[in-house]
Amino acid sequence: MAMMTLLQAINNALDQQLTNDPTVVSYGEDAGFEGGVFRVTAGLQAKHGEARVFDTPIAESAIVGSAVGMAIAGMKPVVELQFSGFMFPAYNQIVVHLARFRNRSRSSYSLPLVVRMPYGGGVRALEHHSESLETLFAHIPGLKLVIPSTPYDAKGLLTAAIKDPDPVIFFEPKKYYRAGKQEVPEEEYIVEIGKANVLQEGTDITLVSWGAALRDTQKALQNLKENISIELIDLRTIAPMDSVTVVESVKKTGRLLVVSEQVKTLSIASELIARVNEEAFLYLEAPPVRVGGYDITIPLPRGEHHQALNDKKILRAVRSLAGYEV
Amino acid sequence: MILKEYDALSKKRFQVLDEVGKVINPKFEPKIDDKTLLHMYRMMLLARIADEKALQYQRQGRMLTFAPVKGQEAAQIGPMAALEEGDWLSPAFREQAAFLYKGVSLEQAYLYWYGNERGSFFEDGVRVLPVNVPIGSQVNHAAGLAYAEKLKGNKNVAVTYIGDGGTSHGEFHEGMNFASVYNAPMICIVQNNQYAISTPRAKQTKSETISQKAVAYGVPGIQVDGNDVLAMYAVVKEARERATKGEGVTLIEAYTYRLGPHTTSDDPTIYRKDEEVNEWLLKDPLIRFKGYLEGKKLWDDKKEATLVEELTEYVGETFKKVEVSEDPTVDEIFDHTYATLPEELKRQKAQHLAFLSESEEN
Repeated sequence: MAMMTLLQAINNALDQQLTNDPTVVSYGEDAGFEGGVFRVTAGLQAKHGEARVFDTPIAESAIVGSAVGMAIAGMKPVVELQFSGFMFPAYNQIVVHLARFRNRSRSSYSLPLVVRMPYGGGVRALEHHSESLETLFAHIPGLKLVIPSTPYDAKGLLTAAIKDPDPVIFFEPKKYYRAGKQEVPEEEYIVEIGKANVLQEGTDITLVSWGAALRDTQKALQNLKENISIELIDLRTIAPMDSVTVVESVKKTGRLLVVSEQVKTLSIASELIARVNEEAFLYLEAPPVRVGGYDITIPLPRGEHHQALNDKKILRAVRSLAGYEV
Repeated sequence: MILKEYDALSKKRFQVLDEVGKVINPKFEPKIDDKTLLHMYRMMLLARIADEKALQYQRQGRMLTFAPVKGQEAAQIGPMAALEEGDWLSPAFREQAAFLYKGVSLEQAYLYWYGNERGSFFEDGVRVLPVNVPIGSQVNHAAGLAYAEKLKGNKNVAVTYIGDGGTSHGEFHEGMNFASVYNAPMICIVQNNQYAISTPRAKQTKSETISQKAVAYGVPGIQVDGNDVLAMYAVVKEARERATKGEGVTLIEAYTYRLGPHTTSDDPTIYRKDEEVNEWLLKDPLIRFKGYLEGKKLWDDKKEATLVEELTEYVGETFKKVEVSEDPTVDEIFDHTYATLPEELKRQKAQHLAFLSESEEN
């Protein structure tokens, strides 16, 4: 076991898969020589060679489109998009090809590739560097979307994503790239895609979150003085969504709170709440609650705190939901 | 005709001044009146000082991430000086010098990088689009601006900037192609500053020059010494004339160098050597322009010292204003989402205001 940051755990998973599987390649803008703007892939080109770990011209559509071709030809590309806010030129390839190739070829082709991208706010970044665009991927049949919140899960989920026979979008919570270390096994392991993780059992409220928002939530809960028993669930995979774990939990607690960085309308929280309504409506003791952003463009840093999660927003929702009486 | 003589396939780079500001190409030395020359120099120096001070402020933790322009001032001041007031600028994100020349105030330019949307609100008549971060997308905007000006029967052009890395992007091709097909009055200036963050120009395109890409679009292309403000001026002047006569697009490669980091988050020592930077420091566009003005007896060290002092104070005072500026209000954050705030957003805004006042009470 070694103590690793989330960033190191991702680097470690990539390094291991590049070593173990000769079909794995890793590329993106500045992702070769320099190791990416966040240095997630640092050292990989020196170790595995420029043919398998390389810099691309600036063209997100070319990065993902070429990955489609490589995957068809038997490689396993793990490509990096510099920021999720820059993925839009690649979105065409992602929606019209990545998500559909298996289905339209009746599974004669599969695309076992991974598209990595840092996402989320709270780092006082420039315009287009703070988005939480989960819905744009989770909405598209054929795509998987995975978001780790811890170093352990980051390695295990990325390893699973690389081994997955289908395309996986891998969101990396950049706010927590280097914040905090955790013991991570040196050997290969996977964390199963499509399985939520019950981090803490509880009886009063089911609190679901993922990625950076989950870490924010854990931090906020440390300041919760009241005696409220919270079942904390890390969703980990957004698509396909493990609503069974959430529904079973809500049947026990009767109350659901979803915390995310997304804007409110058509967020992942909306879908979770819909499923809970469908499957556990009669168990509910209070209307489900979403905490997250408003339906606005993410403000630049001087105003970002109005949109970002904070302890007060989260705790207020916890208290109000716990105290709700019909 | 500069564009003819230095055609993209001629393998010649257009230059008027040498590295110390001596005219080496008198045939094409543009005729610019003294007042304008001095104004150009003033704005170039302002851009430089504002840039260097911003970097200092950033290192002191007073400024957020920004993209320094140092080294590329001539590639921006020259073209802007050759434009008319009604012409458009569709920038990428490293065009602060062009912004300042085109009428964006330093306070606004700073405010944007300070993390306040008010920095993208320009005065009426300033035909500059806001800083554009998504690579390449501004070229299509320029194509549309240019097309519209032509449609309206105006003699205005649209100038767009992009980097060497940006030319790899689909939208560079799309915008160039669209504007070229309709002879839209667009001028596309590629600031080839040799690096796209860490990725060198050679990994960006197999083309020998970027200007030669013009051939494929069927428009004139030219490689210009981007650190030569007079060369940049002269070429844009000619491109503008063509454009307003209905002859269409020009592609200009400004061969230059980014002396600073890509942004303040970047560490260029990882991917380039000091010797290379030092070589380019000798080609500093300000040294060249100053030398030219001195040769014309328009400038001397005393005037330089006075102007540096004046501008340094102005930059310092401006940044102080930015530092005490009001953060965006809740109204500002919500109300610009639509012309009229929908009911649901009104509700969300009210919820947020209630949350804020409740938080203050606690």
